[in-house]
Amino acid sequence: MGKTLAEKIWADHIVSSAENEPDLIYIDLHLIHEVTSPQAFDGLRLANRQVRRADLTIATEDHNTPTLNIDQPIADPVSRLQIETLRKNCAEFGVRIHSLGDIDQGIVHVVGPQLGITQPGMTIVCGDSHTSTHGAFGALAFGIGTSEVEHVLATQTLPLVRPKTMAINVDGVLPAGVTSKDIILAIIAEIGTGGGQGYVLEYRGSAIRALSMESRMTVCNMSIEAGARAGLIAPDQTTFDYVKGKAHAPIGEDWDAAVEYWKTLKSDNDALFDKEIFLNAADLAPFVTWGTNPGQGLPLSANVPNPAEIADVEERGAAERALTYMGLTAGTPLKEIAVDTVFLGSCTNGRIEDLRAASQVLAGKQIAAGVRMLVVPGSARVRLQAEAEGLDKLFIAAGAEWRMAGCSMCLGMNPDQLAPEERSASTSNRNFEGRQGKGGRTHLVSPLVAAATAIRGTLSSPADL
Amino acid sequence: MEKFINHTGTALPLRRSNVDTDQIIPAVYLKRVTKSGFEDGLFAAWRNDPEFVINRPEYAGATVLVAGADFGTGSSREHAVWALQNYGFKVIISSRFADIFRGNSQKAGLLTVVLPQDEVETIWSAIEANPALAITVDLALETVTYNEISLPFHIDSYTRWRLMEGLDDIGLTLKKIDQVSAYEAKRASFKPKTLPIRH
Ligand code: SF4
Repeated sequence: MGKTLAEKIWADHIVSSAENEPDLIYIDLHLIHEVTSPQAFDGLRLANRQVRRADLTIATEDHNTPTLNIDQPIADPVSRLQIETLRKNCAEFGVRIHSLGDIDQGIVHVVGPQLGITQPGMTIVCGDSHTSTHGAFGALAFGIGTSEVEHVLATQTLPLVRPKTMAINVDGVLPAGVTSKDIILAIIAEIGTGGGQGYVLEYRGSAIRALSMESRMTVCNMSIEAGARAGLIAPDQTTFDYVKGKAHAPIGEDWDAAVEYWKTLKSDNDALFDKEIFLNAADLAPFVTWGTNPGQGLPLSANVPNPAEIADVEERGAAERALTYMGLTAGTPLKEIAVDTVFLGSCTNGRIEDLRAASQVLAGKQIAAGVRMLVVPGSARVRLQAEAEGLDKLFIAAGAEWRMAGCSMCLGMNPDQLAPEERSASTSNRNFEGRQGKGGRTHLVSPLVAAATAIRGTLSSPADL
Repeated sequence: MEKFINHTGTALPLRRSNVDTDQIIPAVYLKRVTKSGFEDGLFAAWRNDPEFVINRPEYAGATVLVAGADFGTGSSREHAVWALQNYGFKVIISSRFADIFRGNSQKAGLLTVVLPQDEVETIWSAIEANPALAITVDLALETVTYNEISLPFHIDSYTRWRLMEGLDDIGLTLKKIDQVSAYEAKRASFKPKTLPIRH
């Protein structure tokens, strides 16, 4: 019997395996940021251990970094301490770091791909659940806890139990105005926020094949919102073209050897998945969330659901609580929901393609009175690229704020936060209670919907303009 | 991780069940960047009460925590284990532990001993009658002994072996480090490296 892609990558990384024990898996790349690494480094220090492979490790500052006045000391003492600690740890253990002000500073999941250190067939980990993003390259990439961060630093391996595999087939052609964000929101609404638990998801089918690399990253990014630690897409010519020429891409003979190997990285025709899901791309529409978990989403043309019509008791209760928190009334058309803030950014939708898409919608238009729009590029390099293309001018002319790179309002660890009861349309990945600021209300949307919403002031798609 | 063969110490009777990890260490204490120093956050909210058992002088220096059922529920924060260890606890006895907490403590070398609730009650009374009571927890024999009473407990053999050898997960992997080196020797040359920096 054939193997799935995830099984092939797994098999290629087994250092040792024994019955009744987890497999010991080799880690090709370890990404680090300031929030989940300090105790891991402290643990190494206490045990007198070294970083085994600093040359397979890289750090960046993202969660706490301000998006304004980055030349000044960080005002919040806790944020400053975490960042200073990361800098100290990297210096002490010889780990490469991209600090605030550096061209490769940015969200850890944007930085890896743009440097070309994210490549097909790798195992990639980070103390961050959205590490699944890197699965877009056909890598097995997943988030880990702080103890595991320490384990990888010390040994470059992890003891892991082999996950199950689930195929998510999306075939057909996406209607105009429907993006990869809508695909993944629809998938999560379909299988639920726990549906992927224990699985590695493999996104397949003609609609997935047709996506650009950056759109594929958006899909894989939110695998964790479906409960899966990892999601991946088999590499193809689109992948190879994207990696080629990046700073750390293989060159010369190495490139040829790499591509030859990468071409083997697909699920065999007779491979058996533990579970399979089918979606028709032609049925999809711009999707928005109305509730407080990413599974509570609907097409933009729908109305706020009525909890009384939900059969499942637990789901009904969750919907009731969500509507109360979100300040929404059942039956309201989603398109009539007015927002205060639009956030364009995050590791889900903070790449150049996302900025291009949104800026095209905004070009020559004005955002609605009373709406603030924050545009936060995923990395300093993305910001510079956007400026080279003049996108910053389009955003500013439309009335949006053009900021420095980082996680920003995706989780509001820096000053970019929602006030209580403030409502946002956000291109990020989590609409949990308080995620973007205490009492803040988040609707997850695609960059196209974000831009159209900014213009109309209510949840909208470009077709509504 | 230190080897755990046996331990003798005085005990703290915590007559509460469902002690969740938010109680063991509240979120505001999680901002620290070290693995040590969490003892000040241990049971922080409850410690405001001078009558709370941990504040009572007769229990100062206790190293065995005897707690109610369902100890360590809630958030998976590893800081809860660190806080207990930083404070000086070596063993927690309860009739039931939350899974994640138990897993985390075994990783860190904090021994969790499960005894039936009626035996926990008897130990509580014995400690309260004599706060200087010495309790011996012997992992090799799998017994808890005090006042010449010896109670058997059970722990799975893999965890027991790891604790007695003082092997944390990293220590265990380091035992196989030759295999890691062998694997590295075979890794393809085209795999990317972060160093030296390329632009
Ligand atoms: S952008 Fe948001 S989801 Fe992504 S790494 Fe930062 S905080 Fe996490």
